Amino acid sequence: MHSFGYRANALLTFAVTILAFMCTLASFSDNFNSPTPTAQVKVLNINWFQKQPNGNDEVSMTLNISADLQTLFTWNTKQVFVFVAAEYETPKNSLNQISLWDGIIPSKEHAKFWIHTSNKYRFIDQGSNLRGKEFNLTMHWHVMPKTGKMFADKIVMPGYRLPEEYR
Amino acid sequence: MGWIGETVESIKSLRIRQVLTQGVSLGLIVTSALIIWKALMCFTGSESPVVVVLSGSMEPGFKRGDILFLHMSKDPIRAGEIVVFNVDGREIPIVHRVIKVHERKDTGEVDVLTKGDNNYGDDRVLYAHGQKWLQRHHIMGRAIGFLPYVGWVTIIMTEKPIFKYILIGALGLLVITSKD
Repeated sequence: MHSFGYRANALLTFAVTILAFMCTLASFSDNFNSPTPTAQVKVLNINWFQKQPNGNDEVSMTLNISADLQTLFTWNTKQVFVFVAAEYETPKNSLNQISLWDGIIPSKEHAKFWIHTSNKYRFIDQGSNLRGKEFNLTMHWHVMPKTGKMFADKIVMPGYRLPEEYR
Repeated sequence: MGWIGETVESIKSLRIRQVLTQGVSLGLIVTSALIIWKALMCFTGSESPVVVVLSGSMEPGFKRGDILFLHMSKDPIRAGEIVVFNVDGREIPIVHRVIKVHERKDTGEVDVLTKGDNNYGDDRVLYAHGQKWLQRHHIMGRAIGFLPYVGWVTIIMTEKPIFKYILIGALGLLVITSKD
């Protein structure tokens, strides 16, 4: 009953149980945080806009992104992955989501930022539907916890429009 | 003479009982592990509800040895989600983030492009030759939860099988020799 093996086993089981309990609690405590992030994206310039030889439209643009995501951070937050995606509908596709820029925010101190950038990933349509196309720019964020459940949410910014002609 | 025979009998029956009890408790351990695994499969709807991160392509979010909990629901796949997918001709599933989604209007089929957070370019170089997009059937699930470090146990056991045998041997010995 009181051999070394039994005591070691009991201690290990107890330690693992407590650890699991604390991880659950840490993850659960994230529910009490109600974040109020803000974001603004401006399309400063359409750098070029053309049809590829294979028939797909491609556009390059310069964006100004500013956001304040500080309220997303809690004690259980390891990092926040943030990205801006262009979202639009075409006759063929009910939804097109194209990530234009993304970034990793490692800590609360870096969560209020602005950046001036051209699109990091190529903005290519499946087909030739981009002339005069209205699209949304959506800022998504995915909160990666130190342990437990991941959270995600977004801010949709509607009312952007691509030019009518290639340039 | 009678009582000797009786004693032998009682020892024998005790032995058999003990062996049986140990057999049953061993069976209970194995089956309960199986039950937990299958129940997780049911709840998450994913073939493998738990995966271990093997590469550093999603750092600093997921490191090698972290454990991910997967969920496979009917919800459509959207940009930003972390999915686990299989590529034809590759045995090991990959955990990466979706950066582009094109969803058909008529069929609801999706074309998905993924990228590892820590990789420079997108995943087209990892896909099968000539493959440009992932479809629904490539995707095994999406990551919903995260537990650090625990996966190291499996990494060590697959890469250094000797530890696996030592562990199994020790556990087996413990079960067989333990007296309740």
